Amino acid sequence: MNDPVMLVAAALVLGAGTFAFRFAGPVLRARMELGPRARHLMTTAAVVLLAAVVATAALIEDGGFAGYARPAGVLVGGVLAWRRTPFVVVVVAAAATTAVLRLLGVP
Amino acid sequence: MIRSIQRTLGADLARDIALVCLANALVGLSYGAITVASGFAVWVPMLLSVVVFAGAAQFLFVGLVASGGNPVAAVVAALLVNARHLPFGFAVGDVLGRGWGSRIAGSHLMVDESVAFALAQQDPARRRAAYWACGIGLFGFWNIGVVAGAYAGTVITDTGAFGLDAAFPAVLLALVLPALKERGVRRAALAGAALALAATPFLPAGLPVLLALLGLLAVARGRESEVAR
Repeated sequence: MNDPVMLVAAALVLGAGTFAFRFAGPVLRARMELGPRARHLMTTAAVVLLAAVVATAALIEDGGFAGYARPAGVLVGGVLAWRRTPFVVVVVAAAATTAVLRLLGVP
Repeated sequence: MIRSIQRTLGADLARDIALVCLANALVGLSYGAITVASGFAVWVPMLLSVVVFAGAAQFLFVGLVASGGNPVAAVVAALLVNARHLPFGFAVGDVLGRGWGSRIAGSHLMVDESVAFALAQQDPARRRAAYWACGIGLFGFWNIGVVAGAYAGTVITDTGAFGLDAAFPAVLLALVLPALKERGVRRAALAGAALALAATPFLPAGLPVLLALLGLLAVARGRESEVAR
């Protein structure tokens, strides 16, 4: 696993592939005439993806349930954000809730 | 959230971005430490963090290779996790500018947080500022964290004790929440998130999140039914 040539090659291929994904959107978009509806659809698509990232990052760890402490923290953060609490408080409260629950032995 | 940012000056947004950068530096610290602790040379996490710059994919790649997985399979698995950047690029492509230099640099800085910060701004100038500030800040802090972690070793390997694993989804949730006020968007996001969660036990990492795009059909259906009414 520690063959340096193999690791460098893998890192470069992964980096290039990731860059291709990132670069394709802006380049293709610049070539298209997009109406307001298409633009709205693309923004909505990004929001849907981010919501799915939130859901899976909050609940899933290694393909299984991440335990209760993490989603509880995210939920506290979500409620605070919904009530227009300052962003810093939202993030710190989410992390603190999870940390305290774990300290108390909640998985 | 959007209203509160708009009411205030740039200092507030800068502080929010700085907090996210700081949290990411701590995660980077653990990434560097964990990677080295699982038997890699110190330059491996550093190289990956500069050329890939995508936390979830980097953790997955290192984990798979460390557990004896085939590097090619690990690259494919990590690429699958990063495929969501393609639709992200369509959504935020306009903030990158028209020049090739800024497009290339801006594309490399595209991560969940920079996209979410940009989408949370309504004014085009603020969108651009938020995207670049977050992208550049994260790139710097993430890499500093990784370098420090790779050398310092096991200072912070358990970010769980600090609840940092809850901070990441909470950051994104707080940033997308204003967009969810719109009924169609909310319906699509909820349907998509539910789809992703339901598919997680059956699909490799990355695919469930892409599958969430089917949630967009909920908007289309909703529009049709509104028209029909």
